[in-house]
Formats: sequence, C-alpha cells, structure tokens
Amino acid sequence: MSRIAIVFGELRLQGRKALIPFITAGDPEPAMTVPLMHELVKAGADVIELGVPFSDPMADGPTIQRSSERALKRQVGLKDVLTMVAEFRTTDTRTPVVLMGYANPVEAMGYEKFTARAKECGIDGVLTVDYPPEECREWVEYLERRQIDAIFLLSPTTPQARIEQVAKMARGYVYYVSLKGVTGSSNLDLNDVVNKLTRLRSIISIPIGVGFGIRDGATAKAVAALADAVVVGSRIIEEIENSPRDEVLTNVYHLVRSLRGAIDEAGGTL
Amino acid sequence: MKVYDLPDRHGHFGPYGGVFVAETLIAALEELRVQYEHYRNDAAFQAEFAYELRHYVGRPSPIYHAKRWSAHLGGAQILLKREDLNHTGAHKINNTVGQALLAGRMGKSRVIAETGAGQHGVATATVAARYGMECVVYMGSVDMERQAANVHRMKLLGATVVPVESGSRTLKDALNEAMRDWVTNVGDTFYIIGTVAGPHPYPMMVRDFQAIIGREAMVQMQEEYGRQPDALIACVGGGSNAIGLFYPYIDNGNIRMIGVEAAGCGIESGQHAATLMTGRPGVLHGNRTYLIQDENGQIIETHSISAGLDYPGVGPEHAWLKDSNRAEYVGITDDEALAAFHALCRYEGIMPALESSHALAYAAKLAPALGGDKLLLVNLSGRGDKDMATVVARASGITF
Repeated sequence: MSRIAIVFGELRLQGRKALIPFITAGDPEPAMTVPLMHELVKAGADVIELGVPFSDPMADGPTIQRSSERALKRQVGLKDVLTMVAEFRTTDTRTPVVLMGYANPVEAMGYEKFTARAKECGIDGVLTVDYPPEECREWVEYLERRQIDAIFLLSPTTPQARIEQVAKMARGYVYYVSLKGVTGSSNLDLNDVVNKLTRLRSIISIPIGVGFGIRDGATAKAVAALADAVVVGSRIIEEIENSPRDEVLTNVYHLVRSLRGAIDEAGGTL
Repeated sequence: MKVYDLPDRHGHFGPYGGVFVAETLIAALEELRVQYEHYRNDAAFQAEFAYELRHYVGRPSPIYHAKRWSAHLGGAQILLKREDLNHTGAHKINNTVGQALLAGRMGKSRVIAETGAGQHGVATATVAARYGMECVVYMGSVDMERQAANVHRMKLLGATVVPVESGSRTLKDALNEAMRDWVTNVGDTFYIIGTVAGPHPYPMMVRDFQAIIGREAMVQMQEEYGRQPDALIACVGGGSNAIGLFYPYIDNGNIRMIGVEAAGCGIESGQHAATLMTGRPGVLHGNRTYLIQDENGQIIETHSISAGLDYPGVGPEHAWLKDSNRAEYVGITDDEALAAFHALCRYEGIMPALESSHALAYAAKLAPALGGDKLLLVNLSGRGDKDMATVVARASGITF
C-alpha cells in the first residue's frame, strides 16, 4: 500500500481530514526546505505538496510565481528538489510527499530517469499541472511502473465525461480546484463546493482534496467538513515571504498549527 | 498525392501542438474549439470576415517588386508582400479581426491579449474599438519601454494596458498573465492570442485567419508574374506571418519555404531567440514545441533587437515543418537586420518593421547567389515606424 493510501486510511479510521500544505522547494532558500518540511509535519501536515520551481508557472498566481522566482534565483532545479526529498526521508519515512509542478522540467530530465530517481528519493505522488489526461498516457504508465501516484486536478468546469476519465487514471487523491482562477485567488464559493463534491464522490472512489482560495481557519474548517483533504498553498508562501528569515520556521509552524486545529474542529463526517 | 491536413482533431502537428494546460482552462478551450469548428465552415461568418478584411483592413495587400534593391544586390528578384500597408501597419490585424468576430458570435463582451512589440496589442485594441468591446492588453514592462509609441496607441484606442513585472518582463510573461486573466474571467472574456502558438485550437485558428496572406499571394503571383515564386521568406518569432504565407503553399513542394529567426548578437553568443535552430522540444504555453531552455527545463530569457521575435517558443506547426524538412529555418543577427532596415529605407522608400527586416536580410543574403530570373517572395509583415527609436539609438554605429 502506498504511503498516501496508508495516511488517508488512518485518518478515515480516526474520523479526521487531511491537511496538505504546499511550499515551493528552494524558497526562501534551498537550505530551508527540508527544515520547513519537518516543521510542517510537526505542525500537523498529513501530506506535503512540494512545488518544483518553473520559470513560467502559468496556472499559479503571483504569490507562488514569486516563490518560484526566489528558488530559481538560487538555481534550484528538479534534481535538487529530488535530493531535498531524499534528505527529508532520512528522518521521516512516514509522511507522503507529492511533487507539484509543470511538464517541461520533467521532460527535460526524461520520464525514465525522473521516475527512477523519484522512487529512490521517496516521492509518493506527482501532480503535473499542465498535463491533462489526454496528453499524458505515456507519462502515467511510467509513474505506475514505479508505483508513484499520478495526482490529477479537477475544476468546477470539468464535465462528467472528463471526471470519469480522470477517475480511471488518478491515483492517491484528486485535487479539486475550488474556484475559477489561479492559485492565491480569494473568492471561494462553498455552496458550489458542496454541490460539486457530491457529484464527484459518486464517480471518484479515492480521496478528494480541495484547494485554491483557502486562506484562514474558517475556510479551512468549512472545506474540511466537505472534503477528505484541505490543500493550502499561497497563504503559507505569504507567511514565508513576509517573515524575517530567522522566524520563518516558527511562523509557518504557528500558521499550519492553527489550520490543523480548525480542520480538526470540523470533525469526522465521512 | 498526400494532401496536408494537419493538425489532427486533437490539435497535433506530428508530435507537436496539443492542449497542455491546467484543468481550469480545459472547458474554455473546448468551448472555443467547438465554436470555431462551427464558424470555420459557416458561410455567413466567412463572408463577414472577408468583407472586413477588404473594407476595414484594406486588403488585398499588394505584391511589390523591389527593383532598385534587387538590382543593387544583383541576382534574384525580391518581391514584397506588403502586409505593412494593412490598417494598423502589420499582418496582426488579419487575425484580430477574425477572433473578434468569433468573440462576438460567442457573446463575449471583453477581449484580452498579450503583446510583445505592441503590434498585436494595437491590432486587438483596434478591433475592440471597432466592435465595441472592453479590451485589456498585457505587456511586459521591458517591452512597454522599448515600444512606448504602441503603448500610447493602445491607450488612445481605449484599451487598458497592464504592465507585467514578473519573470523576464517580456512577451512570454505577458502571455502567462493573459492566461491567468482568462482562467479567472472565462465567462465573459475572449482571449485573442496573437500568434500560432498556445493550446489547440489557437495555432490552427490563427493560421487560418492569417492564411489570407498566402492565398492572395498565390493569385497575385499567377496574375502578375505568370508563375509562383521560387522561395517564400518570412520572419519567425511565434510564426504567424510566416505560417500565413507558407500554409497555402505547403503541398507545393517545389517552392522553398524559409523561416528566419532572430540570431540576436549571434547564435554563439547565447543572446538570441533562434528557437528552431537551437532549441529542444518541450512544453510551454499550452503546446509542445521547440523551446529555448536550460538543462533543467527552465525557459531561458531570449534576446532580439525586435520585440516581436523575442520569444523562447515557436508555433508547433513550424516545429513540424522543420522536422518534416518541408521548411528551412535560418538565423539573422540584430546587425544584419538593421542593415536590411536601412537598405529598404534607402533603396525603396519603405521603412520595414525590425521583425520583417530579418526576412529582408536573409533575402539579401540569398539573392546574389541566384539567377536574375529567380523570384523571392518576402513577407513584409509590418512597417517600421514603431522601431524608429531603437534604430536611431543604434544608428551611430552604422555606416551606410
């Protein structure tokens, strides 16, 4: 069983929802990524989404783009990200790590080399933002061969037939983008989330995470009442961005801790 | 004989093209694809498009024989397809008229665009005014500085110009920003892409709207010269003016098709935008194509004296035409383009855009090696008024 499946299985038994924080590898500096990952776990993260910096993050908003630019300024590439995860794994063999990024760095490394190395480093899932299911059959085969979960996005505008297609290809969990827009946007419509999740659950059997637009304990709690997992990205990046370097770890810890508390208040409704 | 019929129904030109976008954009692209496929075969739509091209854009654009310059160079005759004479001064308007008409049919009241040199931004602002639509243009702040005149033109036409400060603050970053706007406002907004890149159906749709250039040329060449040219020459940034000229000729294998990329300070300097000559295939801006990238798959900042060619990708159809050896792609440096700019001014009284000057410069290289009976048809894709500041700034070093 994959680490992701184990974690969601345990949470289900406990009647709890997953908290999935996102940070960009190499932001604010490469040496801080592994300590930040451990801090996220300490604060209550169940899965870590680790962003792979890319020069043209088209689906992200300005906050995550800036974090990507900070990492790229330090020359952080895909192979460095893999090394960071390997280092994280020397002391944490339990927390699933999902890489989130764009297709081009993966293609530049090559499917075979990337998937072999990703397995070796202890990566559990990969979400390639600009690979819709139609364009990535070969890629998904490579991931499956190494038993790495292919995570897919679904959006409010995804029609029934595509949801069914994604249901067949997706592993680990699916990531429901709760609003129209890019990462870091703000207007989350909870009624819409309720309606869409009901429909998604009738088709998709693996856990459903909801992200985009979750900025505080209140939204995290509301989403946790509906979804299996709450994904928080831009809000954490803002905390990293606005903290003095020596307070980044503490501030991120407190933020994630408070989100954890809010999510646990939502209680188990599965 | 096999008839060229790409892209396939998923937007692939061989291994290139396709739809590489986040799930949030898929529904919008699907709506666009369905609507465009309908209007592509709709007689009333095509008739309105043709009417607008004739009466608003001022088509057909003539083919002009650059006799003095050809004689000076000695060798082949250089013919110019005068897209610079179009309304707004470049080929870009052909496409924006087409997409604005489609936007109207789709009930969209707001259009957005990205722009590099500003020509596509001006062409979009123009049609937005013409059809009464709100218009927002994204432009890298670096480009806004070097193309200030076009920024003023867009504003005078009623558009909002949004400076883009992310990344390299040029065309590719403007494109990222426009995509973000679209994904956020997809209900009422139509994204008018200016080149033959981006996710399907854009490369096909923009090509179809620009193909008027090549279709007219075929008729004009037959009428005025009794034959087709020996070679077609056009500059390639994203590649829309080149595809517009090349496309109707693809099945005519006897005619050479030459795309001219920006070699900037020279290929060996690393400061250039010659994507097909030096790049590797990858995924950017919604399509698979050749890209200028580093070993980590990060997109590298490009350089060209002409903002319109300063782009690290290229339309997927060009990638396919290169791989299939149907078209050749060559490079022209900043200095060579500038020399051609001055030559056309002095010998023909025509001030070409710096983009088009790359195509002219390659024609000037090729012509002397060919006989006087050979015909080279160069796409003079735009006029050079917008580039005067750049040229004057560099002119001190040029001896003419």
